[in-house]
Amino acid sequence: MSGAIITAESEAVAQAPVPRPRKAYGARTSLSLFNWIVLGLGGIFFFVPLLVTALFSLWEGGNTYGWSAYDKMLHTPGFWDSLFLSLRLAAETIILSFILMVPAMIFVHLKAPKLKPLFEFISNLPFVIPAIALIDGLTTLYTGPTWLISTPNYLVIPYFFLALPYAYRSLDVGLSTLDVRTLTEACQSLGAGWGQIIFLVLLPNLRTALVGAVMLILTTVIGEFTFASVLLFHTFAVFINDTGQNEITEASALTIFAFLLVWLFMLGVILTGRKGAATVGGAH
Amino acid sequence: MSQTGETVKPQLGSLGGPQAPRVVTSAGSGGFSALAGRMVPWFFVGLFLLFVVAFLIAPTVVLVVQTFIGDNGFTLSYLTGLWDYQYRIAFENSIILGVASAFVGLVGGTFLAYSTLQPGAPPILRSIVTSFSAVATNFAGVPLAFAFISTLGSLGMVTIALKHIGINIYAMGFSLYSLTGLTVTFAYFQIPLMLIIITPAIEGLRAQWREASDGLGATSLQYWRLIGLPILAPSLLGGFLLLFGSAFSAFATPYALTDGNIALVTIDISNVLSGNVMSDPQVGAALSTGMILVMAVVLIIYSLTARYAARWRR
Repeated sequence: MSGAIITAESEAVAQAPVPRPRKAYGARTSLSLFNWIVLGLGGIFFFVPLLVTALFSLWEGGNTYGWSAYDKMLHTPGFWDSLFLSLRLAAETIILSFILMVPAMIFVHLKAPKLKPLFEFISNLPFVIPAIALIDGLTTLYTGPTWLISTPNYLVIPYFFLALPYAYRSLDVGLSTLDVRTLTEACQSLGAGWGQIIFLVLLPNLRTALVGAVMLILTTVIGEFTFASVLLFHTFAVFINDTGQNEITEASALTIFAFLLVWLFMLGVILTGRKGAATVGGAH
Repeated sequence: MSQTGETVKPQLGSLGGPQAPRVVTSAGSGGFSALAGRMVPWFFVGLFLLFVVAFLIAPTVVLVVQTFIGDNGFTLSYLTGLWDYQYRIAFENSIILGVASAFVGLVGGTFLAYSTLQPGAPPILRSIVTSFSAVATNFAGVPLAFAFISTLGSLGMVTIALKHIGINIYAMGFSLYSLTGLTVTFAYFQIPLMLIIITPAIEGLRAQWREASDGLGATSLQYWRLIGLPILAPSLLGGFLLLFGSAFSAFATPYALTDGNIALVTIDISNVLSGNVMSDPQVGAALSTGMILVMAVVLIIYSLTARYAARWRR
């Protein structure tokens, strides 16, 4: 017994000084088994729920499969209304975000870099104040006026803050890669006013950042459930929840539809964006 | 060449011509317009700040104030009331869910990112993984919950399939509608989120460092223990904190998955808000204040780690 251990040890000692020949790090041309296992497990975890949901959405009971769940989904009362409501709210949020943020951020970059830490701090605040806490505070503080809080348009206010961190980061990256000062001075020396500078020079140069911000706001607003469900407005996510709690096949069809929507918006970011464009939105 | 030169020159001249007098007139007559020009930027900055104060800061302040003001003035009873079993368990569950799902996201996201970024990985794999991550991390809330109910719910396809081959996961203690199930579901957006966060840090690990450590005879384990992980540590911790925050404050996914029947802080707040439970609005305010406190601590630690994370970036 002891002899066997000794030989094993001495073998290990004898092997130690001779390093195993290995290829240089950058020269490895294939993935190790470990890498393939990781990728395989990841693939299964991310693909199976989608596949199962897609199968469920095509299931018509027994052994028949077809598109009836999708047909039913499109004809459910409230589907188009809630989808259009969410899209309209997304458009309003985008407009509000641009009006409030684009000029302010351009001027902070240009004239008051000292305010930049303040803006960065504010852009992180929605992360500290969870959506459910913000809606608690808003409903406590604002019990009127009716024109503000009784229509779904009220949601645009919390949506603005929900999207703020992502919109801010996207715009900030866009502005940092642009020499705003030189561009502005060049415009001014040619006699342009602020309107011309912003609309004809800065915005076209910021278009990748703006498209990124638009797509992230769209994704966030379409998927947002917390604010709308607490305030009892029938947005698309609330519709999915109400419908899906009763009908498994229709819920699956709606899930696949929602996934395709997110995919479409993200495709917009990826196709127009640079490498490293912000792709993280958030309404979990 | 000469033609273009000739066409450019008169253009420049014609631009410069009317230009000079205009500057003079605006300087001469423009006391008001110059003032307006200086005020417009501050108008927009002020508008943004006003909006933030009115609809973000003020509601938060109201919550905090409401937590400490009872019928007879200042009171700590609502804050200490959070220690009651019902609310303490909610905070415990939310924190456990945050830590567990952030840990799963951290491990899964980092290994996936590392495997995808290997020099030998096919380029197509990389673009598939990055684009899919962008979609998956934004695919959350109600639809995500439904996808997992179809898959791992008590009548889900995978649950049934496993039962057919003799593995009854629900008899083994698993439930999709528990903290474990929520952790599995959250992994669907946490793993891609971590992958997106950690990819720049892993790309920043220079091949030369690995070559140097290989050249000096270090094993793979030694390289990771002594070089790779210490460099990645701040980014990993930062990512972990962001993931914790996203799970801790999640409402839509757990609500849709359990129909509101799980003790989490977000669910408790929504129950107070919608009047599902009989309790003072101050209880909701205290719960919200508690969440904000937890998130503030998380963000403070995050901003400290962010400084270290930037140190090794190219």
